[in-house]
Amino acid sequence: MEPDKLKEHFIELIRRTSCELAPDVQSSLEKAAASEQGRARSTLDLILDNVREAKEKSIPICQDTGSILFNVEHGPDFEPKLLQTAIFKAVVQATQASYLRPNAVHPITGKNSGDNTGIGAPNVHFKPIEKEKHLSVRLMLKGGGSENCGAQYTLPDQSIQAARDVTGIKRCILDAVLRAQGFGCAPGIIGVGIGGDRVTSLQESKEQFYRRLDDENPDPVLLEIEHEMLAKLNQLGIGPMGFGGATTCLGVKLGVRHRHPASFFVSVSYTCWAYRRRRMEIDGDQVKYS
Amino acid sequence: MTIRNIRLPVSEETIRELRIGDELKLTGTIVTARDMAHKYLVECDAEEMRPFLKDGMVYHCGPIVKKQADGWSFVAAGPTTSKREEPYEAKVMQKYGVRGVIGKGGMGKTTLEACKRIGAVYLHAIGGLAVLLAQSVKRVSGVYKLDEFGAPEAMWIIEVEDFPVVVTMDSTGQSLHETVLNNSTDMARKLAESL
Repeated sequence: MEPDKLKEHFIELIRRTSCELAPDVQSSLEKAAASEQGRARSTLDLILDNVREAKEKSIPICQDTGSILFNVEHGPDFEPKLLQTAIFKAVVQATQASYLRPNAVHPITGKNSGDNTGIGAPNVHFKPIEKEKHLSVRLMLKGGGSENCGAQYTLPDQSIQAARDVTGIKRCILDAVLRAQGFGCAPGIIGVGIGGDRVTSLQESKEQFYRRLDDENPDPVLLEIEHEMLAKLNQLGIGPMGFGGATTCLGVKLGVRHRHPASFFVSVSYTCWAYRRRRMEIDGDQVKYS
Repeated sequence: MTIRNIRLPVSEETIRELRIGDELKLTGTIVTARDMAHKYLVECDAEEMRPFLKDGMVYHCGPIVKKQADGWSFVAAGPTTSKREEPYEAKVMQKYGVRGVIGKGGMGKTTLEACKRIGAVYLHAIGGLAVLLAQSVKRVSGVYKLDEFGAPEAMWIIEVEDFPVVVTMDSTGQSLHETVLNNSTDMARKLAESL
C-alpha cells in the first residue's frame, strides 16, 4: 500500500477513535441512564448528548485525548519501519486537525512537544503475523485522569486485609474503586491483571480494555468474579462523576498470568466512561473500521 | 430545581448565598489554569493575571484549541481532575481573590476551608463533556504562557455564556464529595466483610 494512503487510513482511525465512542460503551451508558434518576440521570443524559454531538461534528469526545497506544499486527507485506513512519505522520497531522490534543510532555524540561511525538510517544507495539497483505491495528486513547486512578497491590496487603486468595483479589478491586471515587470520570470500566510480574500484571489489566463490555470471560471462575464485583461496586453509591448514584462502573474484566511463587500482584486499571478504542483491518485494498 | 444565572466577576455576597446542589449557568470571563499554572501562580507574583482572577473564576481545564484567521477558538474543553491542585488552590484563591474554582472530582479540606474563609465555591463541571462545554465558550480573549507551558497548560482567558456547573463545595463548609466519600467508605467496609 502507498505510504501516503496508509497514513490517511491511520488518521481516519485516530479520528474515529477520538470522536466516536465504541457502540458497546454507548449502549451500556444508555442502559445505565434509563435505570438512574435525579442528578445521576441528568449527568448520564448530558454525557450521551455530548457523545452524539462529538460524532456528528467530528470533535473529540473529551479534550483529553489521552495517551496514544497502538497495537499493530502486520503481515509480511507491511514493514514495521514503514508503518512506524506512517503512524508518526498520522499522529502529527491528527494533532494539527484537532483530533488529538498535544499530550507529550518531557518530564524533566516540562516542554510539550506540541505534536504528540516524543520519547516513547506514541506508544506503538508491533507483532508480526503470517497472513499475507494483512494489517490489523488496535488503537486506544487512554485518558490521563483515569490513568491516575490505577493501582497495583502486592498480596498479602494487610492494610486492606487482602490475603493471597480470591477474597484478597476482590478486596483489592473494591479498594481501588473506592479510592477512585469520581476522580476518573465515573462510571468507569475496571481492568484487573492478576499474577505476572509488575509490568506484565499491569499489561494484563490494560489488555482487558480491548474486550467488549458485553463479552463473557471464557474462564467460568473469572466470569463469576466479574459479575459479582460489578454488582458490588455499583452498591458503593459513588455514581456518575461521583455525584452519587447506582452506576459507578460499567464493567469489570479480569485476566490472569502465572506468577512467581514469591510475588502476587493484583493490578487494577481504571478507564473513564469516555472509553475510546477502535480497530482497523486492512486486507489488500479493503479497509474496515470497527 | 431552578437554575441560577451568575455573571462574572461576582460579589462575595452572591457567592455566600450558594449551597451544594445548586445548579448554575455562568456568563463572563474565566481563566483556565491547571498544574503548571497553579505552581506558577503560587511561586510568582503574576500581576498580569490579577485583573482576570479578582472576583473571577479559575477553570481546571486543558482544552483542545484551534488557531483561526481571527484568533483562537476552543474545540473541546471539559474539566480535568481538580485534586492535583489541592496543594496550591487555597493560596491561589487567597492571593488573587478568586471566588470560584471549576473542575471535576472535588477538592480537599484546605480548599474547603479557604471557600469558607474568603467566600468562594467549588463548581463541578461534567468530566468529558468536552464538546458541549466548548460550545459555551464564545470567545478566547487572550492567552498567557502558551509557549512556555504548551496549549493544554497555558492560561486561556475565555468569555463563556451559560456555562453549566453544579455547586459541590460551598462557603458554609459543606462538600458533596465528602458526603459521597464517607457513605461509600462505610458501604465498602460492609461489602469487604461480605466477600
